[in-house]
Amino acid sequence: MIWRNLKDRLMLVIAAVLALVLVVPLGGMVWLVISHALPALNFQLFTEVTVGTGGGLANAIVGTFYLVGLGLLIAAPLGIAAGVFLGEIAPASRFSAVVRFTTDVLAGVPSIVIGYFGYVTMVLGLGWGFSTLAGAIALALIGIPYVVRSTEIALSKVPRGMREASMALGAPMTTTVWRVSLRSAAPGILTGVLLALSLAIGETAPLLYTAGWSSYMPSLALTHSPIGYLTYAVWTFINEPFATANALAYAAGFLLLLFIVVVNIVARRLIKRATVG
Amino acid sequence: MIATPGRDDLADRVREGAAGRKAGGALGVLQGRLPMRAGDLLLKVVTGVVAAGALIAMLAILVFLLRDSWPSILYNGWHFITTLTWNVGSLYSRALSHRNGATAAFGAAYGIVPFIVGTVLSSLIAVVLAIPLSVALALLLVEYLPARIGESLSFVVELLAGVPSVVLGLWGIAVLIPWIGHDFGPWLSHWLGWIPFFRGPIGSGQGLLASGLILTVMITPIIAASTRDVLRQTPRETKDGARALGLTRWEVIRAVSLPWASSGIFGAVVLGLGRALGETMAVLMVSGSAANYLPSNIYSPIGTMAATIVSQLDSAMTDPTGMAVHALAEVALVLFLISVVVNVPARLLLSAAARRGGPETQ
Repeated sequence: MIWRNLKDRLMLVIAAVLALVLVVPLGGMVWLVISHALPALNFQLFTEVTVGTGGGLANAIVGTFYLVGLGLLIAAPLGIAAGVFLGEIAPASRFSAVVRFTTDVLAGVPSIVIGYFGYVTMVLGLGWGFSTLAGAIALALIGIPYVVRSTEIALSKVPRGMREASMALGAPMTTTVWRVSLRSAAPGILTGVLLALSLAIGETAPLLYTAGWSSYMPSLALTHSPIGYLTYAVWTFINEPFATANALAYAAGFLLLLFIVVVNIVARRLIKRATVG
Repeated sequence: MIATPGRDDLADRVREGAAGRKAGGALGVLQGRLPMRAGDLLLKVVTGVVAAGALIAMLAILVFLLRDSWPSILYNGWHFITTLTWNVGSLYSRALSHRNGATAAFGAAYGIVPFIVGTVLSSLIAVVLAIPLSVALALLLVEYLPARIGESLSFVVELLAGVPSVVLGLWGIAVLIPWIGHDFGPWLSHWLGWIPFFRGPIGSGQGLLASGLILTVMITPIIAASTRDVLRQTPRETKDGARALGLTRWEVIRAVSLPWASSGIFGAVVLGLGRALGETMAVLMVSGSAANYLPSNIYSPIGTMAATIVSQLDSAMTDPTGMAVHALAEVALVLFLISVVVNVPARLLLSAAARRGGPETQ
């Protein structure tokens, strides 16, 4: 008995040590980024565009929000519609099973492959060049599977009685979907959209091939005009031999982490409200 | 007008409900044989077409990558996946190389074996290291820690799973590479040097080991989060029963939780493998971007398929015949096919595990 209890304790210690092994590099990473970024954080970071290997990050910050915002504008309605079909309209059909499976596999396609696909079809094929729209569509393709699945799961948690009540009142399917199911599933769906958002903020590879890069402030032109974004700044400026460039890379990395943490905290609040209310 | 469901309808619904537990309360099932209105039909058709978008997207990716890489497939044939040399040829020579009706720069040859090897080896290192780490983490979260602490730590794990790969790459360049080059590499070579693959020279620290370690840090939170979800589905009663019989927590984990969750954990690991195989930026920043040779030891610079697509694009676009870009498309095609081959069984395992767990899992 003593030996069995000891073994139990031993396993707990081993698990804790292994978990620490992971915490050390990840904690170190957060510390590295914060400690290098803080001295570089100043007002002109948000007001000036990048000039050569220095300047600010205004173009990249605005560009990231522009790309991600447009991407979500495409991904959210499509993803929610598909999620409604899978979760509400034909959940048990064979077609839905195939679609569900394909959506999951699509989520596993490497983002660089999505980027190259966007390059071949939009940048070259449609002749858009490196552009905001091509980047946003690439991000949407990456985000859609997450919106679909979280919409479906959120809908599956809506109590059956609410739909029955709506139908008993004679409401057509459309009304029930809009006014009852989607409304009560809204926090869960929004969480999925936010998940896609935080994923899109951190993407680099698909944008290199679709959005390109620009040191100018983003224009409203959707095509034929490349656009800057924060992840690109991290990637290129860390490889420059200048301290100012490296500082920009850390500042961009810090902003990325900050945005993602904020988005995740908001998403978590929503989940809490959804499960309580 | 409202139709009253008869006995048959109810029986139908019970049967349909049993067919898909997930479908239990869904509108489409409740609707049963009730008359559909025009608006409802429109809703069904529109959402159905959008849902089919996933199928269309997968097909389109396959078709367009195949079309764009076709000249490369003709020109390189099987050599593409059996030879070592990636050579865009002499871009300044007037002469051109022709093969199977496809034209490339003079002397061009494209072989991606080093990229395949680099991709597979770095991902294998990551998976081998990530399995114990992530399972330990998930067990801590679900089985050992009090629910409240486990809950907040779960959130931290989810946050870590969302760290952008370029930010991990920053850490790789600033911390991991110097550490491997100066400390960990020499130490590993000293203690494991009797295995040829672990013997020096160590070089700068950029290479296979750095890529494998950075992928480990990347996929461990991802695998841990899925494993946690699977472990949470372990039936409460069975675990309580085992505890009541006097088993220790570890014995319950060994006898109940792990066997019950094993296929789901395996699915999570394969999913993590898929992420590692396709990861681009973090690996690109620490791999040393090698081409044309195989790694001679674990410290050698490597190139992976995903990283090569990025690192070679600028030079590929200078090829006036366009063959270099077609060859990169074929790299993307191979990577796409590999990701499908890896993801399909992983998803099958995970959805089988979820089905056992009940209607509320992903």
